Amino acid sequence: MANEIAVKNFYNQSTNKHTGILSWLLTKDHKRIGLMYMMAIMTFFVVGMLIGILMRLELIAPGRTIMSAQTYNSLFTLHGVIMIFLFIIPGLPAIFGNFFLPIQIGAEDVAFPRLNLLSWYVYIVGAILVIVSLFLPGGPIDTGWTFYIPYSVRSSTNISLALFAAFVLGFSSILTGINFITTVHRLRAPGMGFFKMPLFVWATYATAWIQVIATPVIAITILLVIIERAFGVGIFDPALGGDPILFQHLFWIYSHPAVYIMILPAMGVVSEIIPTFSRRTIFGYKQIAYSSLAIAFIGYLVWAHHMFSSGMSDTARWIFSLLTFIVALPSGVKIFNWVATMYKGSIDPKPPFLWVMNFIFLFSIGGLTGLVLGSLATDIHLTDTYFVVAHFHYVMFGGTGTIFFAALHYWFPKMFGRMYNMKFARIAVVLYFIGFNMLYFPKFIMGYMGMPRRYYDYLPQFESLQRISTFGSWILVGTIFFIFGYLFHALRKGKKATSNPWGGVTLEWHIPSPPPLENFEKIPTITHEPYDFSQLKEMKDE
Amino acid sequence: MSNHTDTVTHPVHRDDVGAKMGMWLFLFTEVLLFGGMFLVYAVYRYQYPDQFHIAAMELNTTMGTLNTIILLTSSLTVALSIAALQKGNKFLSLCFLSLTLLFALMFMVIKYFEWTTKISHGIYPGSPELLTKPNGQILFFGLYYIMTGLHGLHVLVGMVVISFMIVFIARDKVTSDNYVKLENSGLYWHLVDLIWIFLFPLFYLIQ
Amino acid sequence: MSGNNKHHISYGTYILVWAALIAFTSITVTIAGVNLGRYTLFIALAIAAIKSALVINIFMHIKFDEPIFKVFLGISGATLFIIFLLTFFDYIYR
Ligand code: HEM
Ligand SMILES: [Cu+2]
Repeated sequence: MANEIAVKNFYNQSTNKHTGILSWLLTKDHKRIGLMYMMAIMTFFVVGMLIGILMRLELIAPGRTIMSAQTYNSLFTLHGVIMIFLFIIPGLPAIFGNFFLPIQIGAEDVAFPRLNLLSWYVYIVGAILVIVSLFLPGGPIDTGWTFYIPYSVRSSTNISLALFAAFVLGFSSILTGINFITTVHRLRAPGMGFFKMPLFVWATYATAWIQVIATPVIAITILLVIIERAFGVGIFDPALGGDPILFQHLFWIYSHPAVYIMILPAMGVVSEIIPTFSRRTIFGYKQIAYSSLAIAFIGYLVWAHHMFSSGMSDTARWIFSLLTFIVALPSGVKIFNWVATMYKGSIDPKPPFLWVMNFIFLFSIGGLTGLVLGSLATDIHLTDTYFVVAHFHYVMFGGTGTIFFAALHYWFPKMFGRMYNMKFARIAVVLYFIGFNMLYFPKFIMGYMGMPRRYYDYLPQFESLQRISTFGSWILVGTIFFIFGYLFHALRKGKKATSNPWGGVTLEWHIPSPPPLENFEKIPTITHEPYDFSQLKEMKDE
Repeated sequence: MSNHTDTVTHPVHRDDVGAKMGMWLFLFTEVLLFGGMFLVYAVYRYQYPDQFHIAAMELNTTMGTLNTIILLTSSLTVALSIAALQKGNKFLSLCFLSLTLLFALMFMVIKYFEWTTKISHGIYPGSPELLTKPNGQILFFGLYYIMTGLHGLHVLVGMVVISFMIVFIARDKVTSDNYVKLENSGLYWHLVDLIWIFLFPLFYLIQ
Repeated sequence: MSGNNKHHISYGTYILVWAALIAFTSITVTIAGVNLGRYTLFIALAIAAIKSALVINIFMHIKFDEPIFKVFLGISGATLFIIFLLTFFDYIYR
């Protein structure tokens, strides 16, 4: 113990004169802020998950099982709002981006540390508003997380407050984006050209652009709905000349790019983990970097594929269907480059790598079924069914959610300076895989057979599939608690981690675990390519 | 590429270009916020071109023009205030900033009279008078209130920001060799002006 | 170094730009009185665009700032343009 205290790290060094909890709440250190985000975001993830379990429990048998239809409506809305706005959008950038982006470019902090802290508080305020909206008279929101007009104007539940909460959360997201873009442009270490940045940085950078450019559109959309509820201006009300479909346009102009806010950083994490555990430089570095930007850009061109059955013009329908297929290209570039990186590498299947394999499998299913939904003809049949529910859980949860765990397993030793139990971690990967597919795969089949989404009841013919799905949810959630369990145990009792337990070569593996307050004793000068594993030998000597 | 070697040794470093970059990024979010609003406007103007013409006749072009001139001039005074501070003329800089504040106030007063006249004529969202009009006009006035209202809100925020700058300059927190805060406030103010440059012809000049 | 913009604009230039802005304002107001049919909107927007170019370049200094800012401006402008364009594929062909 005495020996540990002697080592300086960001836990025992503070940016302010306070100690204890205050030194955290007033910190300007990007690593501490990252961890504060982690606490908050994981809490909401657990809450969202428990709501998911409740919904699955309701669906274990036809008819009313444990809750009323109205309760179910509120639960899926809440589940969606929490998972989207409080977990998956901020998840990777705010936690791992905050912690590792500055380190990976050789900076001692982000460009605007105070703004960074502010964005955490804004996030917390937004989250509190969501919670408050549940308990005020009027009742919890029941529109679904999409807040579609006209119901979101007519519903008597606390829509305005919940919308305002989403507005506030968007603000937090924007602040993070501004911070990251400026950091990447201004604080790269000497020698760290744009094309020497690790791919996680590239991905987070592209994400930051989407956060900055797309989020304001949802902000104005939200404001319009709030104004509509307060004053009845008629902007979206056909009786007064307004067009409800215009709301859907505005909503998806943000919310489609938002799915890239969710997935791009995840792809960045994959591009970190694969080279490290293949001991091989990444294949097609530049293509992966550019494909991040390409995805961010093309992501703006496809939003109306969520609106094929809304009544918009036929011309728009085929144009957006066509454009949607183009996004598959840069995503495909990434997948092929990852696979090519592993080819002939000396693969070391440690848990982070196994999580990535999990990701590639689940995300591919999500991506391929996305093509089914992106093509106009098939979407008309499948829209608003369980097929969609299965699809977005495969991409968001199977994609980004899985990578959340991958990143956690990859960077845990660096963040906390401890190792976790490898055997448990391997078991968790397998259980997660089983639980996940059991929970969501039946939904593809049910959707194909016509089971609509957002219903608390179903026809008897779906009973066995629904039941399998519910059993799957127990396995999955059990596994996730198991993961939290062994990680928590590792926090206190785990073996001490060395500075480079996996043999990675990006900058975070050059510094102690956990890192000291300003990351580097001396800002490094970068000479190597980002994934040049010949450095490993020198690093050992350091 | 990166020119940050000098910031390494001491923890408090200043990066004016970085600060401005952050400000510009923030301005883009504002541009897209209003951009969404302009999109709504464009769609409805496209759907109801004639009604928009008729409704626009009821707006007071003189007041609108006056406000345009006022706002453009206030943009000038902010720019001059920065130039004055760059030259080390603190007093002149403060004068120009106060002028800006005054113009902003004039803009808001005129806006206030415009709105209240409209409201006293019974034209406001959801009013019985307005509801008797055709749909296109209802939307026109709805957009008028929302967009000029949102813009007015930005003017108010700008006034607060400029007031802070006046205090900062007076207390030498913003000086002739550390004035990026003033520049950023200026950028914000010009953006408010920019938005008005588009709002003006779109609402007042459809004859 | 942090270097505040090396390029300082003189009072005179600012006032000149302001005069131009006022001139354009009076032009656009005058033209609005004339019936130009379908070109009215186009001309009004063109003049607004010129005015904003003046404000952005000189008042907002972007002409003399880091070139990357222009790239940024281009990105957000292009995005906005695309959003308009694609949305109108719906409304024009309804
Ligand atoms: C244990 C984990 C989870 C379970 C058991 C679960 C279960 C469910 C269920 C039963 C629904 C409602 C389907 C319907 O009736 O239409 C749903 C909807 C949804 N879920 Fe999950 N889910 C889980 C995790 C997640 C995660 C991690 C995310 C996002 C990253 C997510 C995002 C959503 C969204 C956006 C909806 C749609 C809400 C709406 O219709 O408005 N879920 N989930
Ligand atoms: Cu989409």
